[in-house]
Order: sequence, then C-alpha cells, then structure tokens
Amino acid sequence: MAAEVAPKLTRKDFVADQEVRWCPGCGDYSILANVQRVMPELGVPRENIVFISGIGCSSRFPYYMDTYGFHTIHGRAPAFATGAKAANPNLSVWVVTGDGDGLSIGGNHLLHTIRRNLDIQILLFNNQVYGLTKGQYSPTSALGMRSKSSPQGSIDHPVDPISYALGCGATFVARTIDVDAKHMQQVLKRAHDHKGTSFIEILQNCPVFNDGIWEDVEDRKTRAKNTLVLEHGEPLVFGSEGERKGILMQDGRPQVIDLADDDDPKERGVVIHDEKLETPSYASALATLTRPDFPLPVGVIREVEKTCYEELLEDQIKEAVDQKGAGDLHALLHSGDTWTVS
Amino acid sequence: MSSKTSEPQGPTSGDSDGKTDLKPTTEIDDVAIRFAGDSGDGMQLTGTKFTDETAMAGNDLSTFPDFPAEIRAPAGTMAGVSGFQIHFSSHDIHTPADRVDLLIAFNPAALRANLEDVRSQGMVVINSDAFTQKALTRAGYEEDPREELKTRYALVEIPLTRLNREALQGLSLSQREADRCKNFFALGLLCWLYCRPTEATERWLAGKFKGDVLQANLTTLRAGFAFGETTELFPVHYTIPSAKIEAGTYRNITGNSALAWGILAAGKQLSMPVFLGAYPITPASDVLHEVSRHHEFGIKTFQAEDEMAAVSSTIGAAFAGQLGVTISSGPGFILKQEALGLAVMVELPLVAINVQRAGPATGSPTKTEQGDLLAVLFGRHSQSPVPVLAASTPGDCFHIVLEAFHIATKYMTPVVVLSDGYLANSAEPWKIPDVDSLPRSTVNFAGRETMGADTEFEPYRRDPATLARPWAIPGTPGLEHRIGGLTKEDISGNVVYTAENHQRMVDLRAAKVARIAEDIPPLEVEGPDSGELLVIGWGGTRGAITAAVESAREDGLSVSQAYIRHLNPFPSNLKEVLTSFKHVLCPELNEGQLAMLLRSRFLVDVQSFSKVAGQPFKVQEIRERIDSFLTEKS
Ligand code: SF4
Repeated sequence: MAAEVAPKLTRKDFVADQEVRWCPGCGDYSILANVQRVMPELGVPRENIVFISGIGCSSRFPYYMDTYGFHTIHGRAPAFATGAKAANPNLSVWVVTGDGDGLSIGGNHLLHTIRRNLDIQILLFNNQVYGLTKGQYSPTSALGMRSKSSPQGSIDHPVDPISYALGCGATFVARTIDVDAKHMQQVLKRAHDHKGTSFIEILQNCPVFNDGIWEDVEDRKTRAKNTLVLEHGEPLVFGSEGERKGILMQDGRPQVIDLADDDDPKERGVVIHDEKLETPSYASALATLTRPDFPLPVGVIREVEKTCYEELLEDQIKEAVDQKGAGDLHALLHSGDTWTVS
Repeated sequence: MSSKTSEPQGPTSGDSDGKTDLKPTTEIDDVAIRFAGDSGDGMQLTGTKFTDETAMAGNDLSTFPDFPAEIRAPAGTMAGVSGFQIHFSSHDIHTPADRVDLLIAFNPAALRANLEDVRSQGMVVINSDAFTQKALTRAGYEEDPREELKTRYALVEIPLTRLNREALQGLSLSQREADRCKNFFALGLLCWLYCRPTEATERWLAGKFKGDVLQANLTTLRAGFAFGETTELFPVHYTIPSAKIEAGTYRNITGNSALAWGILAAGKQLSMPVFLGAYPITPASDVLHEVSRHHEFGIKTFQAEDEMAAVSSTIGAAFAGQLGVTISSGPGFILKQEALGLAVMVELPLVAINVQRAGPATGSPTKTEQGDLLAVLFGRHSQSPVPVLAASTPGDCFHIVLEAFHIATKYMTPVVVLSDGYLANSAEPWKIPDVDSLPRSTVNFAGRETMGADTEFEPYRRDPATLARPWAIPGTPGLEHRIGGLTKEDISGNVVYTAENHQRMVDLRAAKVARIAEDIPPLEVEGPDSGELLVIGWGGTRGAITAAVESAREDGLSVSQAYIRHLNPFPSNLKEVLTSFKHVLCPELNEGQLAMLLRSRFLVDVQSFSKVAGQPFKVQEIRERIDSFLTEKS
C-alpha cells in the first residue's frame, strides 16, 4: 500500500495572514523570509512546528509564521519551550528571542535551557539595542553607547552571545547575518539537523534605533574582509582574492597572516576549523575574535553530541515502569501502613 | 478526661500480643503528647512512627510537626528545637490540641521552648543526662529549672543517654552512632506508656536499616518498652480505646503527600499525561519529591531553574496538551504571577498550588499562615480572574487537586489551589477512597474534523455552555494558530487593540470564571442554619473552628459554622448563609483577608478574628473569642 504523499509545502504555506508590523527596513523581515523558505525543506509536517518567543521586536515573530506559535512573556520563552518539548518530543520547537529578551531578563532561562540540551533551536536576533521600548542600550551594546537611557554613554560591559552560549555548554553554536540569505538558510538547516539545543546568533540591523551597527559585515563590499566564514575541515581563511589572509595560533593566541593567492594555507600553519572538538577552548577562542583586528566568525562554531533532556526524561519513565510496572493508583493509596475499621 | 483503672494483669492473663502486663492500665479517652529535641535528634521521625502505631491502634488522631527553618541550627539552642505533637483519642478530633498532657524533652532547650504548652500538672519527661550546666546555659537557663518545675508538673527524669548506651553495649557501634538511636528508646517507652504496639515501627526499621544499625534501633526500642514496664517512675500506663469511625480502610496522610497523590491521580482520572514543573521551596518541596518517586505513573517532573521557569514550562506543557501543574509557597508563587496572567490571557488549563507559609519576605519558612488569599485573587496586574480553591484538611488536599484539574480543563483556565504549612506537614487518618468512585472526566482536544473544510480555525470561539475556548494542540493538522499575551480578538484570536474588543474580552474572562459557580456545591452550614452567630473560615483552620464551635454548642450557645472551600467563585448561596445569622465571625491566620472580601462583596458586617503568629489557631482561642463576642453583642 503506497503511503499517502503529502503535497510538498512551499514558503507560502508558512506565511501567516497577519500584517507584519516591523519598521520598514528592519532586519527582521529578511530573517522571517529565510525562516519561511527553510521550513518546507526540513521534512517536518507543518503541524509539528512550534515557534515560541518572549517579548521584544523579534518576539513578534510567531504571529507571522503559519505554524503553531506562542508569544509568551519577557525572557521566559526558553522555559515555555522546555515544557512544550518535554511534553511532546515530536515537536520541532523554535525559540525566537533578542539580545534584551534572551540575555538580560531571560539570561538565566537561556543558560539552563542550553545546558539541558533539549532538541530545540534558539534564534537570538542581536541588534544591540532595545527596539520595542524605543531605544535603550541592551546587554550587547558597546561600552559607551549613547541611548535614551545612557545619554552619557553606557557604562555596562557587553556580553557576547556566542561566548555566553559556549559557557553554558551549548552543543551547537552558530552565527549568521540578517542579509545573507544563503548563509542563513544553511545555518538554519544545520541547526535543525543537530540533535540538541542549537543556538544561533543572527546579527540584525535596527534601522530605527541602532542603524548600521553591523554595516561592515552586512555590506557585500566589505563582508569578505570582515567576516571569517567557517567550514568544518577548512582553513580559517578570509578576505577576497589578492587580499587573502589566514588565522593561526601562536602561543595560544590567534594571529592574522597575509596569504598569497597561491599559498597553501595548511602549509602556512593556518588553523583548520574543527566544529567537533569536545573541549570548548578552541570555539571560545574563535568567539573572542573581534573587529577591527580580526574578522567576525560566521557559520557553525561548534557542534558536538550530548544526550537530550527530553529523551532522558522519557527514559526515566520507561525505567520506572520496567521496574515497578505501570502506576497503579489503588496500590499507591494502599502503600505503607493501613488499617481497616469494620 | 475520663479514666478507669484496671488491676494489673498477672503473667497468666497476658494481653493479646503475648506480652505480660505487670502494671495496671488506666483507660483514658484523649491524650496529646509532644516530642521535642534538637533538630538532629530525630523528633520528626519519632513522632511519625508513634503516629503510625497510634493509627494502627485505631484512634482518631491529628499531628502538628513544628521544626526549625535551619537544617542544622547549633545543637542545644532554642533555634534548633524541633517538635512533633500528636493528639489521639477514642472520639472524633479536629486539631492537634492546644495543650499537651505529656512533653518529652531531649535537652534543656527543648524543655524551655515547649514547656508553656504543657497543661498544668501535665507530665514532663526529660533526658536528665542532657541537663548539664553547659546545656542549661546554652538554652538560656540561668539556673536549673527542675526543682521549680516539680511544683507545677509531674516531672519524670530519665537518664536516656545512659540507658540507651547500656542497652546497646556489645554492638559494634561508635558512641556517636549509639547516641543517635536514643529517640527509639524514647519511642519504645512511650509506646509502652500508651499501650501502642511497636510492630509497624519494627517493620519499618527492618526495611530501612541493616546489620548493627538495625539491631541497635530494634534493641533500644524494645529496651525503652521494657524500661517502662519495670521502672518505678511510671506506676500505671494508659489505654485509649479505638475511636468509632466510619468503616473503611484507613491510612495516615499529610497534606503534602495528599497533594502529590492527587497530582498522580489526576493523570489517571483524566486519562492524560501530567507535567509537574517546580522549583524547590519550603514547605512545598515534599510534593515535588513524592511525585518524582513515581515516574511509573508516566508523569514528567521538571525541576526548573527558578519559579518563573517552573510555571512557564508548565504552561508550555499545557500548550502542548498535557495536564500542567506547578507548586510552590508564597515567595515562589508571587514570582509566578506574571506567567499566570499569561495563562489567563491565553486561556490554557493548569493548576498552580501555593502551600502558604509565614511571611512577608522569607518570613518563617516552616511556619503556617493564610496570608496569600488576596494575593492569589488580585496579585496579578490588571483584571486577571482565576478560580481559587482551598483545602481544609490533609486528606482534602488529594480531592482538591482532582477538582482543580476538572475545573481547569472544563473551563480552560488556570486554577489556584491553596494549602498551608500546617496542612502540609500535619497528618490525620484518612479513609482511602475507592479508586473507582473518584470523579473521572475526559478532555476533548479540538480536531480538524470538527470544522468545515475551508473554515479557518478560530482559537477563541467559545463553548456557549462553559465559555471555554477550544484546546488545540500542536501536532493537530489544520489547526495551526498563534496565541500570546497581546490582547486577542474575540473568536479569531488575532491581535487587535480596539476598545470595544478589549472590554468584551475582559468581560468574557470574568464571566467564564463566574460561571464555574454552577459546578460548585452550595455552602453547608454545620449546626442550625440560622441564629445568633456564624463562624466562617477557610483552609487549614477548619479543624480548630469546628472544635471550638462544637464545644460552644455543647455549652448551649447559638453558634454555627461554615467553611469556604471555593474562594473564587464563591458558592452561590453564600450571601443567603451570611445573612441568616445576626453576627458573623471570621477567624483567619492573616489580618482579615476573607473578612474583607465578604464585607465588600456582600455588605455584611463580618467581624475578623485575626492571628498571624506562624502558628495555627488553638481551639481555646477561637472558643474564647466566640464567648467574648457573644457577650459584647448581647
Ligand atoms: S525598532 Fe528596530 S528592531 Fe524593532 S522593528 Fe523597528 S527596526 Fe526592527
């Protein structure tokens, strides 16, 4: 008997009938479009896909996806996602959060959700500003950023989302850019294929409150120079033809060297990217690469395997049933000392 | 206290368990005793074992464990004193008793902390080995109190530490290990004193320990029993005839165990998987512990990173189609309020339990209070109505969880259940319900088949009977939809901000919760249903109120009693009940929260009787207030 073949879904099937209400030119538009494009390619029935968000501009995301969606409260989306995924491991759960939602009010939930390694995807849109509350500095804003709540400049040292995720023990960490459609789609697919919590920082422009913060990596003309595109097994090489450079490690410190077009980077000692290293020190070193001295790494920084929370949870239930038999309410109520009055 | 004494039974007329009774027994009908010692002395365990034996002896009983918040407060200090009170009787009782007939104090601090609760001329048993000058000083005694005590109490001094050590000679235990067993010596002694069997304790020990430790505990338990028989310190011992209670199979249960079992039962009775998200907090953690021991029921337990994650994960599980339940105490519950507001907005079912404790702030974590009533009703921002139920006895904690789940799923709403620190840890004999007679209900998730082929799913189209919206869970093809905290349009669930829709949704949510009153039984009045005075209460004060009102009625006063189990919505006949009495008195372990509600809702002159001391009401306190109230009003 031939299995019924479901009609192939397209991007349109994931577009909700709601008017999208981000500001014109917001980086969120292109992220939405790319997520909608990737969905049909994941092989997941639409009804099994759930988008869960917190509060902020990015967190309006679920309203625009024609999947199951839950727009929750500030910072707590990872906890809602934990409950949903633990309840039904068949669901493909996507958390959408921002730098304020995920790293400020929700920093604790992000930490614990990542370390439990539920098989979910967390997309953190980083625009280094609070957009929805109209322009205050965020936990990823640069020191000295002037904003409505920091007219003399922010005196907070920023947190780096990638380093944070690595510190939480993330099994999949990646970075991509709002305007780089192809790269983002690749990263989203990889994140979905990874078994465990996938953390993706998406650099996102907020033209209203923090315009141009990622310009040097968003602009096609300067992107090659300013980004290091990571590929597993490939050398850490960046820059365009004629201006190729590589990264090697000297005394435990990264260093940029110039490469001639016909140089073999391996022979020159350029580091070969390895996502699978168990110890996070290499990935952490990559995370510290910042402009202007270094290019910004994009792509999959780390992917390793670990057990997933929701599976262990189900295993414990099976183990308990194997040992004690399925729960019997009558037996439970009569366990221990009882006495009968006649 | 009535009593009759029988002659000693000679060796030939040994009692039923074959032991020979060398001393006369006196029959009494009601006793309250308290074990008190350092928190490391095992008082809670000793009390619990004595409770089990008492239950097996067929008495009605009520217990009150009272322990310090510190896990190991400095030994020998007042701060480290742990107590366990048990009241047992040949008749129906409602409270752990205001005063105890016997106190057994393991050290001077335990004596000093508990003495005022011993009735005049009551028996005070002390471990005389612990009454060193140093220990007296630590307890804050300037001089040895023993001489003075003898004038007011029947003081019995027992060298407990020495007797226990002697009993355990020959076993390969360190002195420290041996000393740790002395609570079982005391238990054996009290079992003899009140003619309790020791079998259940021996069985329990055999299941718990092995080798020398088992042998030591058994030996000292029996040595304590034998000491009672032979010592001249106790000329008689007491029997308390079994209580005449309804036929059935009974067990002891605390409120926390009952909550845990109610949660496990809910999965069975609603035929749905349960998800418990919780963060450890006193005095609610035991519920998480007990449920976590029973994964064979298919329940998923999640120890969250904090209280917000506990409730959020629970709502996430409810969104995904499970019975979500979260549990905490006041400080944790308050942290959950924001997420509960979301659950109100998205109209998902879940049960949020608050085992109240004394506050504000950290307050006294192990002490009881009813201070959170208004907070759970009104403590979320904006208009955020939730049904609220309050358990009134330890056993009721089981049934109330089932009822809460039934309401939550039928009306698609979060439901709050209130317990308190007193109910949580107090035990009472509980008639085990017949599983087949427990209420069952079925939950119907929304399915595509219920809609026309081309119709859009409408997540806020309500059932006209209950006003509940459909529960459409991820995984259901064709019902993909979005919910969230933003104001929803009626029927479509789309985000809209019109004034008219906002008002309508506020009204609908309120009407839905109000409609639950149709499922709530009318408020029952115990005693005449009209008259001079109605004493009305809620939650864990029920036992004390009942005992006080019954005693007042026995003395010919015109007093009735009612207790409110459903605090939102109220039973529909509540106003009628309140207005059938000339006066209404409302005892509460807060500053008059229910009284305030009743006054504002019904314009009835409800008089508050407030106590906020971290301790339950004493029966006598309520009784005296009834008397003074009636005198003032006459
Ligand atoms: S405020 Fe900034 S981030 Fe928010 S929608 Fe507008 S452009 Fe986008």
